[in-house]
Amino acid sequence: MREPGAHTEAFGLLAEFDRAERLIESVKRARAAGFRRIDAYAPFMVDGLSEALDFRDNRVPWLTLAGGVLGAAVGYGMQVYTNLDYPLDIGGRPLLAPQAFLLITFELMVLFAVLFSIGGMLVLNHLPRLHHPLFSVDAFHLASSDKFFLVVFSTDPKFHQERTRAFLEELDPVRVDLVEHTEEPE
Amino acid sequence: MSDDAIAAPAGRYAEITEEITRIPLNYPDPRAWWISFGLASSLLLLFFVSVGVLFWNGVGVWGNNIPVNWGLAISNYVWFLGIGHAGTLISALLLLLSAHWRNSLNRFAEAMTLVAVLCAGLYPILHLGRPWLFYWMAPYPNTMTIWPQFRSPLTWDFFAVLTYLIVSLLFWYIGIVPDLAATRDRAKKRRAQVFYGLFSLGWRGSARHWHRWRQSYRLTAAIAVPLVVSVHSEISLLFAAGPIPGWNSTVFPPYFVLGAAFSGFAVVAMIAVALRHALRLYDLVTPRHFDLLGKLLLTTGLMTAYGYWAEVFDVLYAGGKQEMATLIDRLWGDYAWSYWGAVLANFLPLQLLWFSFARRSPLLLFLIGLSVTVGMWFERYMLLVTSLYRDYLVSSFGGYHASFWEWALFAGMLGVFMVPFLLFVRFLPVISAAEIKEALFEDQGRADA
Repeated sequence: MREPGAHTEAFGLLAEFDRAERLIESVKRARAAGFRRIDAYAPFMVDGLSEALDFRDNRVPWLTLAGGVLGAAVGYGMQVYTNLDYPLDIGGRPLLAPQAFLLITFELMVLFAVLFSIGGMLVLNHLPRLHHPLFSVDAFHLASSDKFFLVVFSTDPKFHQERTRAFLEELDPVRVDLVEHTEEPE
Repeated sequence: MSDDAIAAPAGRYAEITEEITRIPLNYPDPRAWWISFGLASSLLLLFFVSVGVLFWNGVGVWGNNIPVNWGLAISNYVWFLGIGHAGTLISALLLLLSAHWRNSLNRFAEAMTLVAVLCAGLYPILHLGRPWLFYWMAPYPNTMTIWPQFRSPLTWDFFAVLTYLIVSLLFWYIGIVPDLAATRDRAKKRRAQVFYGLFSLGWRGSARHWHRWRQSYRLTAAIAVPLVVSVHSEISLLFAAGPIPGWNSTVFPPYFVLGAAFSGFAVVAMIAVALRHALRLYDLVTPRHFDLLGKLLLTTGLMTAYGYWAEVFDVLYAGGKQEMATLIDRLWGDYAWSYWGAVLANFLPLQLLWFSFARRSPLLLFLIGLSVTVGMWFERYMLLVTSLYRDYLVSSFGGYHASFWEWALFAGMLGVFMVPFLLFVRFLPVISAAEIKEALFEDQGRADA
């Protein structure tokens, strides 16, 4: 899901909660109310939050698998190719020796799987990113400490500054803030 | 359950964040740190001097000879890499088993892994006669139109150590990103904000990010566990593939892997005791952690003891003449001190860990860890030298004594270990705040249910 770009009038509305359970509850209620372009922020991985957001993305595991398969193929293929390209006859031992090739095949499988997994995670998360409009909200630094946030993006079809704010107020948050676009480049 | 009880851990979240991020931002005891750092830096200087001497004169400045052409360089390589394995095991294996107590230990155990693997990786390179050509091990199209020898354990080494280093680095780094973000959010000085801001990659704790982060973190952990086993088995194959009496044993791969975990847990225990004291982390690293570390140490120690026994049994059962001679050399030969040193230092103090008072006492655990670390060094030395110094032919009998520059390099390598580790302690969150909070939240959920 793309986050709102600078062409929209505001980035979204941000509600702050003091308990993880309340955040999950609020996400569920926001979805039930028809909001679709929303995101939640927490200082740690909260079990049940992805389900509440109805966020199902398994591209990272698939990428890991693809990386592993590719790595194993590259590892084994490299050894076969180089041994055929420059044959070294050592006491008449077989040129292509699967037993001797397996270790490097395994190592490259692991290496590629991990590089794909972590690289894929960063790319899909649009990280690294130097700046984000949320960082200009005063209370947002608590998202890495002990507070929980729900944002409704301005690109949501149901987004309306006053009405959405009224809806968020009903969820009993600590406060609701308007997230503006900031001067810094996206 | 009343609302108050739930509100309490929410207060704890902020407390934990504060307690962990205050260390890099406002270091509690700078004087002790500067003293350690000064000591470590002088060791690092010694490293550069001894490497300079080595490069200028060649490997001849070491005590290596024929037949003992692998001396301290390779025994220290195995020793350091072994130490490195515990970090990944603690962190990855216990993550997969959802053992919440790992959260207080995993971050610095992984950092220890990184620096230990760095030290280990330097040894085989320095041991090459022409170390500046070490990249010949990598397959790249070159003007000589030849390729590396992929059937040689030396090339396996290159891939195994490099993969292990990269995977450990990435695993450690993505684990630390959420805590770097927490440190960034607490930083007051501009320089700190920029530093943590850049390295936290713009992390903001989005549920979508956490979801993918968790998938990637767990998968990397799942892959790292067999990686640990493969890397140390590879080292043991380096030995076992050579036709040297005393190295040709099928017990080698498991024996090496367990010995590696054993020495690594010993170092983790020492670091846990030292950091807890230096950074006053008394409520995050508790006697319960020491208790569990002690149990791990005892378990892996007894498994290593089985390896010692199996090695002797193997020789006596097979009754090979040369193998027998090597066994006798190990037990009573010129280097018997290294065998008995290993047995005494590894297994005698270890028996204290059967008692819970010893496991829970930081001082005793530290001393036992130290003893095991030294004992495992003796073991690596024993494995190498006692096998090589008298093999099949009387004409290839010879002694080995490490030279001054070998010892100097070893001391210097401790500086290579300590300098980055101390920088890590000073500037990065040493304990995983996000994961401790997650564990608290989950325990709370279980208590409510």
